[in-house]
Amino acid sequence: MHAKIRRIGTNIFSGIRGTVRAYSTTLRHLFRRPITEQYPEYRRELPERSRARIILTRSPDGEERCVACFLCSGACPVDCISMQAAEREDGRRYAPWFRINFGRCIYCGLCEEACPTLAIQLTPDYEFSSRRILSLVYEKQDLLVDHGGKHPQYDFYDHAGVEDKTTKGMHASEGAPVNVKGNLP
Amino acid sequence: MWSLGLLLLFVKVYGLLLVVLLLAAYLVLLERKLLGRLQIRLGPNRAGIFGILQPIADGLKMLLKEDVVPGRADRALFLLAPAVVSGTALLTFAVIPLGEQITLWGREIPLMIADLNVGVLYVLALSSLGVYGVALGGWASNSKYSLLGAVRGAAQLISYELPLALSLVPVIMLAGSLSLSDIVRAQAGYPFLLVQPVGFFIFLVSSMAESKRLPFDLPEAENELMAGYHTEYSGMRFGLFFLGEYAHMIALGALVAVFFLGGWHGPFLPPGLWLLVKTMLIPLFLIWTRASFPRLRYDQLMHFCWKILIPVAVLNIVATGAFMVFTG
Repeated sequence: MHAKIRRIGTNIFSGIRGTVRAYSTTLRHLFRRPITEQYPEYRRELPERSRARIILTRSPDGEERCVACFLCSGACPVDCISMQAAEREDGRRYAPWFRINFGRCIYCGLCEEACPTLAIQLTPDYEFSSRRILSLVYEKQDLLVDHGGKHPQYDFYDHAGVEDKTTKGMHASEGAPVNVKGNLP
Repeated sequence: MWSLGLLLLFVKVYGLLLVVLLLAAYLVLLERKLLGRLQIRLGPNRAGIFGILQPIADGLKMLLKEDVVPGRADRALFLLAPAVVSGTALLTFAVIPLGEQITLWGREIPLMIADLNVGVLYVLALSSLGVYGVALGGWASNSKYSLLGAVRGAAQLISYELPLALSLVPVIMLAGSLSLSDIVRAQAGYPFLLVQPVGFFIFLVSSMAESKRLPFDLPEAENELMAGYHTEYSGMRFGLFFLGEYAHMIALGALVAVFFLGGWHGPFLPPGLWLLVKTMLIPLFLIWTRASFPRLRYDQLMHFCWKILIPVAVLNIVATGAFMVFTG
């Protein structure tokens, strides 16, 4: 009986305390400065890695990074990336045309993750909406920029294990060729 | 002479209607602004300076929207229900006394539309009729969300009508009249809030439940029922539900002012202004409450009404009666 009365008492007490706390919290908020950012007047500086408009970057030597491997269009969940692959005379692959339909893009960034040469990158620039939906289809000349994006010094062929610009054994983080015969006991 | 009386009636009805509808429209804006500030936001501020044109923009939008009636809805009831909700809310104002009788051109003019001698019963009857709007609207929509919302709404409103009416019984006992103007006159010395704090609390909580707002907004619980009984409504019919809800809030504020806060009585300010100030206290409190509390569970709602509010209200009546008998 005693315990029951005490339990009812505690319930009433905690109920009142909860009610008062709720009201006082919202009342304190009433006198705080609102945290709203008013968009068209105030444009927040977005973080470097925010995901919006997609660009195609170039290596430090000015060459297109894209090797038309189709990994980005394969990774794209909404199939908004399309391209054609071709080979230059020196055997280097490239994309004669490269198209992103921003009307379909969901800015998930999977293309950027899939890209082996860091060619396709997402930038913080998000203000390019349009009422004409066809103007949202970006061609290669609209996508291509003349810098390296987030990785200005990166060159895929410095790391790849193929002889393109760099001879074997001279790539970054690659040791000299192992003398197989020298390994024998 | 009767034509003059009719003219006077029209002036009073349309004047009050205009004031109430404007108040309801701007209460929506006030709620959105205040709710925003209570949640550290700004609220609407684009239409006009500080968003003062927002209610007009909203009204225009609703008027211009298509009025959709669902294919297999009960057409007549579907069209009727919003009118019932806003109509009952607006009709409550007919018995709200705005001030003492005034004498104009040798005629006694009561500053209310109808000085009913059973005003309290009229108010309670209207609040019961309002349930029909919710129940019929939900049923006629022929949608499961609407029906569930309507069933919840009907059960909640009918349940909370009991403590609402019971909390008024001590007020009637103290005033010795069912007429709202007599109740206000009885509070000339002090408002009944001072002698009936329990009744005031019960009336306040019940009116929160009657207005179907947080934390009692189960009939339109967004997360479960989309919009509850008015899910299928669009355009101005939805607008009528909306208007009815806000007019109902103001009506409840006016009733609290009349029953517990002393109506038009007050120093310095003119009587009508005092009533307006007291009337707006309750909507402000309801908005504050909305910002502060989550929704109750349905069993908690019913438990609170039947196991706490009604017994306390009955005890309050008995205690008030005993006090009146012993003090003569």
